[in-house]
Amino acid sequence: MPCLLIAGFAAIPLAVIAYYCFDVGWAVIEPLVFRPLIGELLTNTVLLCVTTTVCCLTAGVALAWLVERTDLPGRGVWLALLASPLAIPAFVNSYAWISLVPELHGLWAATLITSLSYYPFVLLPVAAALRGLDPALEETGRSLGLGPASVWGRVVLPQLRPAMLGGSLLVALHLLAEFGAIEQLRYATFATAIIAQYESTFASTAANALAAVLIACCLLFVTLEVLTRGRARTARLGSGAARAATPIRLGRRTAPAVAVLLTVIALAVGVPVYSVTRWLGHTDMAGFGMSTLLPVLATTAKLAALAAAATVAAGFPLAWLSVRYRSRMTTVLERSTYLSSSVPGVVVGLALVTVSIRYARPLYQTTILVVAAYVMLFLPRAMVNLRSAIGQAPPVLEEASRGLGQSAFATFRRVVIPLTARGVLSAAALVSLAVTTELTATILLAPTGTHTLATEFWSAAAEIDYPGAAPYAACMIVLSLPSAYLLLRQSARGVTR
Amino acid sequence: MTALSVHGLFKRYGRVQVLNGIDLDIARGSITAILGPSGCGKTTLLRIVAGFDRADAGTITLNGTDVSSGRAVLPPDKRDIGYVAQEGALFPHLDVQANITFGLPFLTTGRRLRRDRAAALLELVSLDASLARRFPHQLSGGQQQRVALARALARKPSLVLLDEPFSSLDATLREATRTTVAAALKAENVSTLLVTHDQAEALSMADHIAVMTDGRFTQTGPPQQLYARPATLDTALLLGPASVLDGKVDDGRAVCPLGAMPLTQHCPDGDATILVRPEQLHLSDAGATADAGAATVTGCEFFGADMVVTVRLAGGATIRARATGTTTYHPGRPVTVTVHGPVHAYPRQEPGRRPDDVPIFPQPGPPPADGPEDR
Repeated sequence: MPCLLIAGFAAIPLAVIAYYCFDVGWAVIEPLVFRPLIGELLTNTVLLCVTTTVCCLTAGVALAWLVERTDLPGRGVWLALLASPLAIPAFVNSYAWISLVPELHGLWAATLITSLSYYPFVLLPVAAALRGLDPALEETGRSLGLGPASVWGRVVLPQLRPAMLGGSLLVALHLLAEFGAIEQLRYATFATAIIAQYESTFASTAANALAAVLIACCLLFVTLEVLTRGRARTARLGSGAARAATPIRLGRRTAPAVAVLLTVIALAVGVPVYSVTRWLGHTDMAGFGMSTLLPVLATTAKLAALAAAATVAAGFPLAWLSVRYRSRMTTVLERSTYLSSSVPGVVVGLALVTVSIRYARPLYQTTILVVAAYVMLFLPRAMVNLRSAIGQAPPVLEEASRGLGQSAFATFRRVVIPLTARGVLSAAALVSLAVTTELTATILLAPTGTHTLATEFWSAAAEIDYPGAAPYAACMIVLSLPSAYLLLRQSARGVTR
Repeated sequence: MTALSVHGLFKRYGRVQVLNGIDLDIARGSITAILGPSGCGKTTLLRIVAGFDRADAGTITLNGTDVSSGRAVLPPDKRDIGYVAQEGALFPHLDVQANITFGLPFLTTGRRLRRDRAAALLELVSLDASLARRFPHQLSGGQQQRVALARALARKPSLVLLDEPFSSLDATLREATRTTVAAALKAENVSTLLVTHDQAEALSMADHIAVMTDGRFTQTGPPQQLYARPATLDTALLLGPASVLDGKVDDGRAVCPLGAMPLTQHCPDGDATILVRPEQLHLSDAGATADAGAATVTGCEFFGADMVVTVRLAGGATIRARATGTTTYHPGRPVTVTVHGPVHAYPRQEPGRRPDDVPIFPQPGPPPADGPEDR
């Protein structure tokens, strides 16, 4: 029962927007939805999704293949380097570029910058899938008379499809939710329009109508992914570990391949790091100083800790249910958290503002509301870790402990906690680090006077105070490094699970 | 007094009746094996005895204490049992010594006492004391199983439950581990309930075997007695490889293409299925005197010390015989087959069953995995 509540809680934003639109009536909503502005936003948003997803897919698959299947020198390092853009929030990346090249704007600029930020979402799962692929499959393909290209097309690509689709979905959902990066490039999507609408008319019907269309887009993408994923089984059949594939010799092509990798890393990581350090040099340290930065860091840390604790507390029972008591019901419960997580931060923020103003006024402008938004947004990230953590403590170990005379409580303390602690901690870490770079929901929900790294960065960057924004940008990058590392490790482990 | 006594145990999962009235008594200090094919309910029985699952009806008495009556079912940690799971289930976050002493009360046992106890138990299961500081993933499968047994014995339980403890090991390791474990159990004189689908395991380790099919015991008794007089054809085949022939029983003697032979136990006159163990069959050269319709060799599998020869009899039936590795049997060679000792015969029940449909014979290599499907 409590799990039903948690899953229901995560679905609040969806329910609120739906109820709101129903409440004000179709007559009010219709002119707000079917108007030229929405058509334009829809075109913009879909265009950006298509261009960026295609770029990320191409780059992700090609880079994954280079890293996993060729004899590049220093094989272990490349994947970590290529995944490092995960540590640079997209809106920091955008700031870094635009402060170097002020002319950047529009669709192509947005495509370039979001692709550079999001390609790891495709790279990591595809690289993991390539690593897990049994080379015997490819060898069998060759022995059945297929050339290298046909083997790639008929054996390898179909196996990579789930990873490619999952990665693309992640990219598309992030694009729908992205506000900061795109806003700076003066490109209008639903997310930026909702914030603009909110700033001019607050939580109005118009803003909620925009949010409803955005949710429809999200649900459409999720459904598309489920439909195209298909039913084919791509996991390895049979037991035992797969051999590692024999790497392809690059020979003379090594130098160009390394050049390609270095270019990608330079563009995705080098540019933002260079730009941020350059502006840091211009920051007026005397006027800025630690006295400005410390309170912001403290507020961010407090919010992050609260959100992490709340998310783990909500996620643990849900993950326990879905791992230990596998049934259609528990799977639906677990998946429902994923669905609501595909709802962008803007929508969650707007929904919570709407609901608190209309039905729970005392909650408006409180920390509780922000933390609730974080839980809704980041519960799925925690779920992945919590599920694998609970998987580390299979029932047979608990039975062994009970058989050795330990009570249920002692078993939990001596077996379950030690075995799950690492996963639970990394879940908490992932959530708290995600909170440090969350912008949109924080802008909408944070009580007046609450300044986090992301909001302070944003207000400086919006006023083109590039040196003033640099320290916050640097802090966010440093704080995101561990979460990037955790994601990298997660994808490495995904294969063996 | 018995260590364990089970009466009228029933258990149903959904529409499947998994246990169908089980009665079982285990004498103090004895090893009892439950032998049955996958899915017969034997693991369910073990889990109910351990307290991990609940029975629908029936009583379980451990050491004279009723642990299952009414609503107050005793939880597993209060049952004074030792449990060894299929894959050992060692705690991955603890080293060998901490695993072994896991069940000992923490406050009353000092550090030195724990170390000595772990060392003694390691010695009991024939493991080197230097393994105490290793972690489970640094051990081989057989070592893990032996540590799991040492851990189960650490608290001196009144009953040890072994759930297919050797099925995850490969053939050679399985035999060695089985021998050590049996020796350790005998040395501690601990009552043991072993669940297995491996006849060699049951025959070699147990003092007493209960054969289980479809949730009930079909026959119980000491291994020799069971092997000598299996009550049904299925039990006979479960207990070891055999050739099955169509024949009949006439005046207390089995008559089949191999000739007329005495019976191990009574079987009514009439059509019968005759069962001959491969070690009872002896092959000799038919020589020049062989008539055209004599038995001929159709195949031969060489195992080193001995070989198994497939022979087609004059009537068309096929038998498998064990022979020493010194003679060669080429396909097509005529042979004379003689049978030593009495044979098993059962009234024929299934008319559709052909004698050579049941080529049950041990193959080198691991047996089919017996997964958790028989829960």
